[in-house]
Amino acid sequence: MTITVEEVYETASMILYQNLDIRTTTLGINLKDCIDSDFNAFKNKVYDKVFSNAVKLVEQARILEMKYGIPIANKRVSITPVSLIMETHCTAIKFIEMAQTLDRAAADAGIDFIGGFGAMVQKGLTKSDKMLIDVLPDVLSQTDRVCSFLNVGSNVAGLNLDAVNLLGGMLKETAEKSKNAIGCAKFVVFVNAPEDNPFMAGAFHGVGEGDITLNIGISGPGVVKSVVAENRECDLTRLSEVIKRTVFKITRAGELVGRELAAALNISFGIVDISLASTTAAGDSVANVIEAFGIEKIGAHGSTLAVALLMDAVKKGGAMASGNVGGLSGTFIPVSEDEGMIDAVQKGALGLDKLEALTAVCSVGLDMFAIPGDVPAETINAIIADELAIGIINNKTTAVRVIPVPGQKAGGSVIFGGLLGTAPVMAVNPFSSKDFLKRGGRLPAPVTSMRN
Amino acid sequence: MEKELLFITVIGEDKKGIVARISNFLYEKDINIEDINQRIMGDGYFVMTMLVDIKNAAIPMETITRGVEQIGKDLALRVQLQHENIFKMMHRV
Repeated sequence: MTITVEEVYETASMILYQNLDIRTTTLGINLKDCIDSDFNAFKNKVYDKVFSNAVKLVEQARILEMKYGIPIANKRVSITPVSLIMETHCTAIKFIEMAQTLDRAAADAGIDFIGGFGAMVQKGLTKSDKMLIDVLPDVLSQTDRVCSFLNVGSNVAGLNLDAVNLLGGMLKETAEKSKNAIGCAKFVVFVNAPEDNPFMAGAFHGVGEGDITLNIGISGPGVVKSVVAENRECDLTRLSEVIKRTVFKITRAGELVGRELAAALNISFGIVDISLASTTAAGDSVANVIEAFGIEKIGAHGSTLAVALLMDAVKKGGAMASGNVGGLSGTFIPVSEDEGMIDAVQKGALGLDKLEALTAVCSVGLDMFAIPGDVPAETINAIIADELAIGIINNKTTAVRVIPVPGQKAGGSVIFGGLLGTAPVMAVNPFSSKDFLKRGGRLPAPVTSMRN
Repeated sequence: MEKELLFITVIGEDKKGIVARISNFLYEKDINIEDINQRIMGDGYFVMTMLVDIKNAAIPMETITRGVEQIGKDLALRVQLQHENIFKMMHRV
């Protein structure tokens, strides 16, 4: 079996010129065995377990980067949902101390984000879940690396509107307390949250997982854009085919690195998440892929069809490449982290309504978008509830990561820097649905959940 | 003894001394060259691939990588070292 020069060049070009990388290697760590009635002992056990495993991840990832010449962009940790392990230590001060412990363990080990400071509340809130939401503005503004999630609904549970109704106020307070409202960028609200998602800010280590698991997120919008650009004239069937082939290849690279990394760490290999994930780097944009299809700017009519085609082809290529495809495996279209998305919003091609429509066919949801700081809390809750209803009715994961920026109006922009990019502030529908949302309660599970 | 095969990929403009510089470096470090290929690609790039066995190499992989990268810098070429498994995984079903 000889590898040809062309094949070697194709792989090398993907890495050197098209930003192919292993986007994230995320170590899922069970913290249930750290629980202790002595809170100091509990914190020490959490620190030790997170730190010792994360350090090994960073070291082994470096070795594999060298072996395969493929960058491993991020090394991260996801943990058991924190509200679960804090049930018997349910005070605000202890929650904040636990967050600081996690932040310190992550910083000391050299990892950029630790996810799982969250709760599963699709049917209701325990005291601990409620406390966790109450302390989030302080946690998200006082720590650098701790990421938070809430799962507020699922196909089989419906949507917990009472939980959603807590979030607008919490997000506005978080925004006020943190510079540039950046605390909000570390919080995601989901329905149907996968328990093995390696991508931040929504990663957590689900209760159905083993003790320690490695999950991988690959990426390559630049690679897909390149192959689309080479096939400008072909019909949709052919376009789908060329995308499938490319995604097959990049998923295989992820599978290889994931398996070897897990073996080197002597832990089980979890999943490969095949989501196309953009970064702020030039050319690493999902919007640019859509535009290479022949759409002037993402958001133009035709974009929903284009995203649907892209998403389906990505899934088919990925499913053929790996038996371990999992996590979110959608296509992310975060506004602030994708230069094509930013440009489309600034030029008026893409608004919040069309963004919501796009998430119905592809992605994980409304991600990393800024809105004016004076949008009422009830309207933020309504934005969240609408997006999550799409997930529940369509049997898919959807999520919202919204940043209400104090003092900003639609048309402004806010610079987060680094991976989080720059967010144009988007206009929000000024009419209210406050009286509808204040009904509270739970959206019943859809009839499609009755399959037994 | 089982081989440990890596591909060295050189991308850039064709010029004298590329093969000589790299093969001399590999010889000094006890690295055997199994195969060499080169091609001018459709986009005009000169691409050379060398398949090398590092089983008996006198230095660890990290040092080999730094060595060939330095040669790349000297000659203004992109040089990459990658274990062959990544190509097998990506290009063979």
